[in-house]
Amino acid sequence: MTANPARKATLSLRSVWKLFGEGAGAVLRDTGGNPPPDLLREHAIVAAVRDVSLDVHEGECFVIMGLSGSGKSTLVRCMSRLIEPTAGEIVFNGENLLSVSPQRLIEIRRHQMGMVFQHFALLPHLSVLANVAFPLEVQGVNRVEREKRAREMIELVGLGGREGFYPRELSGGQQQRVGIARSLAVEPGVWFLDEPFSALDPLIRREMQDEFMRLQAVLKKSIVFITHDFDEAIRVADRIAIMKDGAVVQIGSPEHIVMAPADDYVAEFTRNVSKSKVVRVSALMKPLPKRAPAGGYAGDIDAGARIADAAPLFLGASKPLRVTGADGKPIGRLEQSDVVKLMMQG
Amino acid sequence: MALDAGGQQRTLKPMHLVWLAALSAVFALWMWGKNVMPWAFKVPRELRIPARTWIGNAMDWLVETATFGLFTFMELTRFISAAVDAPYRAVLSLLSTGFLKGQGSDAVQMLPPLSWVAVIAIVGLIGQYAGGRKLALLVTACFGFIAVFGQWNNAMITLASILIAVPLGTAGGLLLGIAAWRWPVVDAMLRPVLDLMQTVPVFAYLVPILVLFGFGPTAAIIATIIYAMPPMTRITTLALRGVVPEISDLGNMVGCTRRQMVWKVMVPSAMQSLMVGVNQVIMLSLNMVIIASMIGAGGLGYEVLTALRRLDIGTGVEAGFAIVALAVALDRLSQALARRASSHQHAEAASGGLLARHPYTVAAIAVVILTGLLGLALPALQSFPEALLLTTGDFWNEVVKWINVNYFDQLEAVKNALLLNVMIPFKRFLTGLPWAGVAGLLVLSGWSLGGWRLALLTGVLAYLIAVTGQWEKAMITVYLCGISVVLACLIGIPIGMYTASSKRLWTWVEAVIDTLQTLPSFVYLMPAVMLFRVGDFTAMLAIVAYAVSPVIRYTALGLQRVPESLIEAGRANGCTDWQLMTKIRVKLALPEIMLGINQTVMLALSMLVITALVGTRDLGQEVYIALTKADTGRGIVAGLAVAFIAIIADRLITAGAGRLRARFGLSQREASV
Repeated sequence: MTANPARKATLSLRSVWKLFGEGAGAVLRDTGGNPPPDLLREHAIVAAVRDVSLDVHEGECFVIMGLSGSGKSTLVRCMSRLIEPTAGEIVFNGENLLSVSPQRLIEIRRHQMGMVFQHFALLPHLSVLANVAFPLEVQGVNRVEREKRAREMIELVGLGGREGFYPRELSGGQQQRVGIARSLAVEPGVWFLDEPFSALDPLIRREMQDEFMRLQAVLKKSIVFITHDFDEAIRVADRIAIMKDGAVVQIGSPEHIVMAPADDYVAEFTRNVSKSKVVRVSALMKPLPKRAPAGGYAGDIDAGARIADAAPLFLGASKPLRVTGADGKPIGRLEQSDVVKLMMQG
Repeated sequence: MALDAGGQQRTLKPMHLVWLAALSAVFALWMWGKNVMPWAFKVPRELRIPARTWIGNAMDWLVETATFGLFTFMELTRFISAAVDAPYRAVLSLLSTGFLKGQGSDAVQMLPPLSWVAVIAIVGLIGQYAGGRKLALLVTACFGFIAVFGQWNNAMITLASILIAVPLGTAGGLLLGIAAWRWPVVDAMLRPVLDLMQTVPVFAYLVPILVLFGFGPTAAIIATIIYAMPPMTRITTLALRGVVPEISDLGNMVGCTRRQMVWKVMVPSAMQSLMVGVNQVIMLSLNMVIIASMIGAGGLGYEVLTALRRLDIGTGVEAGFAIVALAVALDRLSQALARRASSHQHAEAASGGLLARHPYTVAAIAVVILTGLLGLALPALQSFPEALLLTTGDFWNEVVKWINVNYFDQLEAVKNALLLNVMIPFKRFLTGLPWAGVAGLLVLSGWSLGGWRLALLTGVLAYLIAVTGQWEKAMITVYLCGISVVLACLIGIPIGMYTASSKRLWTWVEAVIDTLQTLPSFVYLMPAVMLFRVGDFTAMLAIVAYAVSPVIRYTALGLQRVPESLIEAGRANGCTDWQLMTKIRVKLALPEIMLGINQTVMLALSMLVITALVGTRDLGQEVYIALTKADTGRGIVAGLAVAFIAIIADRLITAGAGRLRARFGLSQREASV
């Protein structure tokens, strides 16, 4: 599922800056919107987000990955104007968010944005049902209707039967399910997830990632997903943006980033990733030969499958695999030697 | 101090030299300067600031001419009075007088007040609801005690004032706190006012209130509200700031308006901390309603006050016990309610009738109606039967008589020995010091502990005390407060050290000092007066008893917080228990202990003013006299002088503790009280 540049962008960022410190806006203007790092340091200004441009396409899961302090949390808050960007343009469904009125912004947030928080941000005094219904309550939806919708969402995340519980009576994983249900209650056009699983135990985290991917397969939301965990990024992402010191270093599909890291910083993340679990068959596929090979094929494999799934099929036979497309027709071949080479890279 | 700096093996640092020089200069001035520099001893006339007259005139202007165009200032105060008075009358009718028709002696009771049985039952039900059977038993016992010992009506008058003051004080503090949280300008304006209000002694509040609102329960309630509001304001701002940023992000993301943000997101999320504030408001209101009996609050405080004036120990002690019972009941109830309000648990959906859904409300209404009706037939249910009243007044009088007959000489000997050998010489010494020298030393301490800002603050405050003509009284205040604090430390620090080592002992001691801290300050006067009649010695005992709790608490907590690894390291190096205590634990706990001493100083100062009732000669007396004469200028100037002393002491000790902490490389730790 590589990105198709022709796809419609739900959310576009153009040269977004966020500077902290006194006189930050003036410095940015004086330098024509591109202040050199030395100058910023001189004015004791911290650049949390530097000149970020990116597009989040409709229905894709766009992951922003970076270590703590890289500015990813600030960036996602700029996207919804929870933090006011210092400069740049943020276009959401054709509307520049930075120039809309406060009333319009409230409207947009109420109806078109949903957000999941790292530490869940559940209201302690409300039951699960009331928490999930809260965004609708704020909009003024009547009780019957909002509770009906909330119950659907609670079913969707698998918490049916817990409607009357309070947040402190739930486990971390369950609390985040409530957070997810709440963020989906308004059927948002863009779904922000700010390190949603970072506060959970590794086992639960894995389970929640699976749950998240199951939901996304059904809902097909436009997603901005923040994480500091590279493994998580390549699991859930359609595309990844890697951030360092407030700037985006590389944007691309997980395969692209694993196979061709833009610099040493990115390569450092990819080093310990087993490539066979990321790279898809299509990336190593060679064209079908004119004539079928002498020994025939060892078997068929889907072009979208990962190399790690293809590898066992070579066992006991030194023949290539035939690659089939989404419609089941053969579109290429996969050579054992290519697979071995990739797997030996780690 | 000079000897200490020079006499030990330490090398002389420049700082020590400065101190040595300064102390010698002040000493020389004290010994020989009286004729050379008389202005250093007595503030010359031309320096004096007639602040007293200014404030008095300002007050007169407010009362007589100030106007907002549409209405005058006095009309505003009358309006406020009426707004407070109406609900107070209603609650008072409900609890004490019954609903009357007509005026004065022609009044006819239309409806009786709630009977004592009904009130006790309702309180018990609240206890059951908030904290289970144990709490219900405790509060029933407390209120039962009040009924049995004949303080019922007084207690209900006090309770009525509290029931009006607490919601108003809470709401006011909450709104101010929210405003300070939302607008930094408001915060910046409120902060110094709150600082000052928490250090100005309570009596000083009463003087302008008395002038503006007159004498009576309404004025007392207004004073109570003003007194109890600052902590609530502070706690609200802190609580809202303490809400995790994700929660406010959530509020913004779901598109809350400003109002929704405050009332649906922030305030409920901060509820747990806010309830701590409500508990404070309740306890402070109780304290103030007692003290405000001076301006006509009536009730239990008035009983103690008149008993003090007549030296009627028996009545005073009984009313004191009733105050304690009321304080304990209110404190435990509000704490349990706070816990309940912030511990959300799912309940099985209650079905069925009204009774199943609201069992407590239904039970309370049933009790009220039943006892109301039965009370018509059986007067014993309506008001507690006099035949069953117990009184211990005579008993206490007998006890005092007995003690005085048998131990008079011993008690007098102790009192006189302390007075003659310690207290009076110290007082003479302090009052004889030149004000310019003392102010200079304060500036120097400020400078060496906290830099020029602190030096400026202490200097200006000390100067203001002197030029408003309060210096001598201020020194007497310092003397009484200083001696009491030293005594409190001599008692409190060893207790803290001893209890810190044993968990079980500490739980007991903590329970005791918790209770001591909930008691209104008035109560502490009774036992001291019982044994030693009036005077400085009595005042000192009351102050020590009132102010000793923090130093015990902080010492114990400070010692308990010394990291176990350091103790083990000490043990491994072969320290004896005594060395462990003196060389490791106490040293590391010192900053914490200093904070405890700081709190003790603050409590001592606030108690000091109240001991004016037992005949001291300090600033407290000045405020007290101003109160009896309704002299606003005099009261406020003296009250501010007390506040200045408190601020100087607080800033210097805090700065000192901060330096110690920095030297030990300890991080800023949160105060535990």
